[in-house]
Amino acid sequence: MMTQAMQVVILVLVALGATLVVMVRGRVRQVVALSAYGIGLAVLFFTVQAPDVTLSELVVGAVALPLILLLTIARVRWRR
Amino acid sequence: MTPAQRRAIFLIAMAGLAAFVIWGISGLPGFGRYPGPYGPAILKVAEGQTNATGIVSAVNFEYRGIDTVGEEFILFTAVVGMTVVLRKLRGEPERPAIEEARERAQPAGGAGVRAAALAFTGPTALIGWWLATHAQTGPSGGFQGGVVLATAFLLVYLGGEFLTFQRLSPVDMTDAAEAIGAGGFAAVGVTALVLGLPYMDNYLPLGKAPGAVSSSGTIALISFLVGIGVAAAFIQIAGELLEQTMLVREGGG
Amino acid sequence: MAYFPYLVAAWILACGLYGLATNRDLIHQIICLIVVQSSTYVMLLAAGYVTGGIAPYFSDVPGTPKAVDPVVQALALTDVVVEAAVTALLASFAIQAHKRFGTLDPQDLAEFKG
Repeated sequence: MMTQAMQVVILVLVALGATLVVMVRGRVRQVVALSAYGIGLAVLFFTVQAPDVTLSELVVGAVALPLILLLTIARVRWRR
Repeated sequence: MTPAQRRAIFLIAMAGLAAFVIWGISGLPGFGRYPGPYGPAILKVAEGQTNATGIVSAVNFEYRGIDTVGEEFILFTAVVGMTVVLRKLRGEPERPAIEEARERAQPAGGAGVRAAALAFTGPTALIGWWLATHAQTGPSGGFQGGVVLATAFLLVYLGGEFLTFQRLSPVDMTDAAEAIGAGGFAAVGVTALVLGLPYMDNYLPLGKAPGAVSSSGTIALISFLVGIGVAAAFIQIAGELLEQTMLVREGGG
Repeated sequence: MAYFPYLVAAWILACGLYGLATNRDLIHQIICLIVVQSSTYVMLLAAGYVTGGIAPYFSDVPGTPKAVDPVVQALALTDVVVEAAVTALLASFAIQAHKRFGTLDPQDLAEFKG
């Protein structure tokens, strides 16, 4: 029963997070929203009994992807 | 086409797609009522056949090895493509890193960020290594281990030591490591062919106890190679982007 | 509750597609592509869940109790890591486009043909 309640809460949070990521304006803010969305996804994967995928999503979604995107944003900011 | 028109057309098309998706979802068994024969069949025989207790890694590297080879080569191709796209174009001077470091007032972060980043490098490298070599015993595996290992290298850059990061991961070494990872994986499969077995059969000794570090034959070896390959790929990605951001100056082109 | 995770996955897909279609910045589009890919992970993992099952690792549990499906977890796992590499490739395309044309607006970029 507890597991089910947790899963429902996390699913709602993930849906909200996806909406936020798409609606936010500004590049750096979007990257921060994507990072939070990645952490929410990792918690969701944990409640569905998948620790492997949780590990991967945590490292990729909260570290590797924001790093790549922030470096790209820094690179294209020069001529603006 | 104005944005309002574009949005209207998109919403109409989206309504059609949503109808199809919901029709498809209604045909699935409910959440938590997984009926399929494939999953329980693998769970029953996996531990007996491969002496591995991490069933997900066993599926990844043995029962579905061909799919994983494909994914590994997607990774490889993406990194190669990135290196080719971001090559030095005509008219773009590239300053050596020493000049760059002398000019910028390092470090950009405070002392706390530097200390934290450099203190966490060791444990992160250890955890990444442990994950990559223990695929058969628990929730570990080549892919996670490789990414965590790459993060250890990136922490060096985040601590403000860009020069050390460049020296620790020269392009030749990461290129070679990635080739070893991807090529080694394919080579393990081809060796099985040479020995007269089907492609990527498990031909190394299986070990005595299920779940020990030395058991499960080719699964441990493949996971280690994949860990090295993935770590090298991510270090190279970060290195290329950092080079673009910090070293390349605007020229012609 | 029986179909709630699948509906959430469909909603995430719809959000990502909306962001892709109505946008004026290449980097924003890359991020929306990441959101679209994550909807497939949610769908995959929800399809393989067994109520009351444990994670498929048997190193500390005697026997083989009821466990969730390991195949979809294997698929989602490799997917997550490969997505990051493909995003890096797309980002490098964005950098080159900015270098050549000076703009990251897909509407203006579409006018450069050949």
